[in-house]
Amino acid sequence: MNDSWLAVCHLHDIAPNTGICAKVHDKQVAIFRQGKGQDLYAIDNFDPIGKANVLSRGLLAHIGDSITVASPLYKQHYCLQSGICKEDEKVKIPVYKVRLNEGAVEVLAG
Amino acid sequence: MSQDHSMQTQKVIVVGNGMVGHQFIDALLNSDQRERFEIITFSEESRVAYDRVQLTRYFETHNAEDLALTTQAYYEAQGVRLYLQDKVEHIDLHNKTVRSVNGIELTYDKLVLATGSYPFVPPIKGNDRENCFIYRTIEDLEKITNAARKGAKVGAVVGGGLLGLEAAKAVKDLGLDAHVVEHNTRLMAVQVDDGGGQLLKEKIRQLGVGVHLGKTTSQICDGEECVHRMEFADGEVLETDMIIFSAGIRPQDALARQCGLDIGERGGIVINNYCQTSDPDVYAVGECALWNNRIFGLVAPGYAMAKVALAHMIGQSAGEEESFTGADMSTKLKLMGVDVASIGDSHGVTPGARVYTYFNQPKEVYKKLVISEDNRKVLGAVLVGDAEDYGTLLQYMLNGIDLPDDPETLILPSFDGAAKPTLGVAALPQSAQICSCHDVSKGDICSAIQNGCCSIGDVKGSTKAGTGCGGCVPLLTNVVNHQLEELGVEVSRDLCEHFPYTRQELYHLVRVGKIQTFSELLEKHGKGHGCEICKPTAGSILASCWNDYVLTDDHIGLQDTNDIYLGNMQKDGTYSIVPRIAGGEITPEKLIVLGQIAKEYGLYTKITGGQRIDLFGAQLHQLPEIWDWLVKEGFETGHAYGKSVRTVKSCVGSTWCRFGVDDSVGLAIDIENRYKGLRAPHKLKFAVSGCTRECAEAQSKDVGVIATENGWNLYVCGNGGMKPRHADLFATDLDRETLIKYIDRFLMFYIRTGDRLQRTSVWRDNMEGGLEYLQKVIIEDSLGIAEELEREMALNIGNYQCEWATTIKNPERLKRFSHFINSEETDSNVQFVKEREQIRPANELEKSHIIAKAG
Repeated sequence: MNDSWLAVCHLHDIAPNTGICAKVHDKQVAIFRQGKGQDLYAIDNFDPIGKANVLSRGLLAHIGDSITVASPLYKQHYCLQSGICKEDEKVKIPVYKVRLNEGAVEVLAG
Repeated sequence: MSQDHSMQTQKVIVVGNGMVGHQFIDALLNSDQRERFEIITFSEESRVAYDRVQLTRYFETHNAEDLALTTQAYYEAQGVRLYLQDKVEHIDLHNKTVRSVNGIELTYDKLVLATGSYPFVPPIKGNDRENCFIYRTIEDLEKITNAARKGAKVGAVVGGGLLGLEAAKAVKDLGLDAHVVEHNTRLMAVQVDDGGGQLLKEKIRQLGVGVHLGKTTSQICDGEECVHRMEFADGEVLETDMIIFSAGIRPQDALARQCGLDIGERGGIVINNYCQTSDPDVYAVGECALWNNRIFGLVAPGYAMAKVALAHMIGQSAGEEESFTGADMSTKLKLMGVDVASIGDSHGVTPGARVYTYFNQPKEVYKKLVISEDNRKVLGAVLVGDAEDYGTLLQYMLNGIDLPDDPETLILPSFDGAAKPTLGVAALPQSAQICSCHDVSKGDICSAIQNGCCSIGDVKGSTKAGTGCGGCVPLLTNVVNHQLEELGVEVSRDLCEHFPYTRQELYHLVRVGKIQTFSELLEKHGKGHGCEICKPTAGSILASCWNDYVLTDDHIGLQDTNDIYLGNMQKDGTYSIVPRIAGGEITPEKLIVLGQIAKEYGLYTKITGGQRIDLFGAQLHQLPEIWDWLVKEGFETGHAYGKSVRTVKSCVGSTWCRFGVDDSVGLAIDIENRYKGLRAPHKLKFAVSGCTRECAEAQSKDVGVIATENGWNLYVCGNGGMKPRHADLFATDLDRETLIKYIDRFLMFYIRTGDRLQRTSVWRDNMEGGLEYLQKVIIEDSLGIAEELEREMALNIGNYQCEWATTIKNPERLKRFSHFINSEETDSNVQFVKEREQIRPANELEKSHIIAKAG
């Protein structure tokens, strides 16, 4: 098991209010930076509805109380905290831990 | 009729597949009783029903499909048996059978005669000479076109009624010297009075059509300069190469006459209030039918008859509701660009009728209002040159609404401070017909609202009101708003949960407040962090206003799927690349470059509908390399990814084409370069055609330009996509400078007022006041904003940049163009297979094979 934090990039590599994709061991992880500060989220990059690795390229959307990403393919919203799809709650994607360590963005994806 | 027919099917034969015959069939197909009937129809023409009202449009398009009301395939799929180019020649009422010219013999349970009418050709000596035509079917129009191609220079139309004037316009548009010959002393004698007729004559003459009134043709013989010479009773003559007879219609009742049905003294198949003929199992509908000694030569009464006949036939008829009791023959139309309308008793023949007239010679407007002796009710009206009051006056007349104290104010122009009395929609009875094209009453609209419709769009979708000619949309809007208010409904037009504003309001806030970024907009006017609705909307507005580079730190998070990587994302997450090829013109050298790039990167290559080349299958990391190559070779971005100006399609134009009238390619390139990259509420497509053959299909575009002998004709708000809409002719015979000025203003006005993701077609359909309003704003500058719009456009054009040229010079931005931020690897889920010698995305099954093999 890969249970150690992996540094993937610097905070300034992620433009405010956008996402990037990082390779964490054998996984594709979408990391988002909400706002201009240090508010980071990490989910799986695979869109199970559109069936492609594209979620990091979606738009951040503030829906109700949660921060979501709208899939760039068919616009379903995935909650960045729970991974649950707003349009179809049966669909849930993996959520990963992400932190900032002295300017470096680190992901824990076991 | 037997009593136990409920289980067995009945055979219905509809004789004639014109507009009304088709309407009957279509209504039957859509009724819940459809299963009870077997439907058969005969048409003597070579095609299924088409829109005869719009027949003249065939001269513009030469495409019969544009006019089609249905297709053979639809009939086939619906189980309608269709006999084309076959005519019923015999009916046996006793044995209930019909026999056709081709020898088909069938029995029927119910027979519907929808045989229509035929044009009346006056019994003039020489009326059967060559190049003498009638004006009724597409075949007739083809014959007329052929005669024009074979060298006819002059064309005369006998008959100055509605159809005659349409025919004269067609003759003129074919490039002939056109004349109208009318035995009456005014044009459109049935609808218009002397005053209106006089003005109409002047207007038609100004358009270059010869008008000959009070002329009875005594004979047609050999001409000296032309093929024919028409000799008039007063001794004058007219030389012409072609003659079109359009002197009224006669009901096509020969078949009914021959089989013994009752026929009126002056023709027409006699029907009762249920559209039954003298044989109860035979119905007659449309122009062949005679009700109360009247023939109805308009399509709307024909449709009403079809509805009544159907209801009676399937047994839903319950009393007065479903009976035909005559029809209002009021009409409003545009003849050669001149508005003409006639309502009710337009000639004021009602005993005691009183008349108001308004005649404005400089502005060429004539209006007449006919009211009752007691000053209380509208009886009729004539409007020429300005028919804006039509809807209001018609409602007054149809519903017997009491007139205001000074009835003349209804037709007088409004001046500042003295607003015109508006017709309160509350005054309309529930039965008032709001949309005559689809027969929708105020009551229908109210029940649609009660059943949950809460916007104009909803009501349009649910009732079809306002989706025909569109003339009733302003009134419809009033009725809908009024009803919503009555119900206490407050309709939210907020963009999303973050902004309590419409797109139009946000645009205004950005423009006036000189707001430069989304965070500033959110801080001043919104709440929360924004979403995928308001972010791209704001991004588009900011780009329309200030035209900044879209990938700055402030803007990048606003860009939608495609804009953020400046490419079109495909289903597998790869991108397509579309460089700009302005006007569709490209050198062999550049074409080779595109080929080399496609080959180098193994991209799927396809020609787009907008005359460009689309390269598919590029992965994120390849985009900057490919664009670097493209930019070096002189290409720039095509903005195919943006809600922005896409392409200006063009035909080859006068430079090469034998028929070209002007340089369509040159203009297309200039227009494309002027507006390239302009961001708007939705994508924008343009086209320029070099002549009226219209090979560039400009009339299906947001902005279409067509060359004529006298300059450019501008069309706007067309659409070819999901919901095709024919563009509106906006202005004619423009010079290049005026054309560009109008397009500048038009685009900026759309960008200002359009809703999010609203194409110009829908924007236009929802616009109160319709085309006329738009023309007033853009051409006459009625809002006083024309200069401002032009200035805003100039600023936008001045700030243009190729986003790809900027991006490839920006290392910070280029970092984003790789699948992983921390690895050179690519996405293993992107897999291609070959098809027709090119790549395509692998499907799930193919992918599992590929990945298994690799593993």
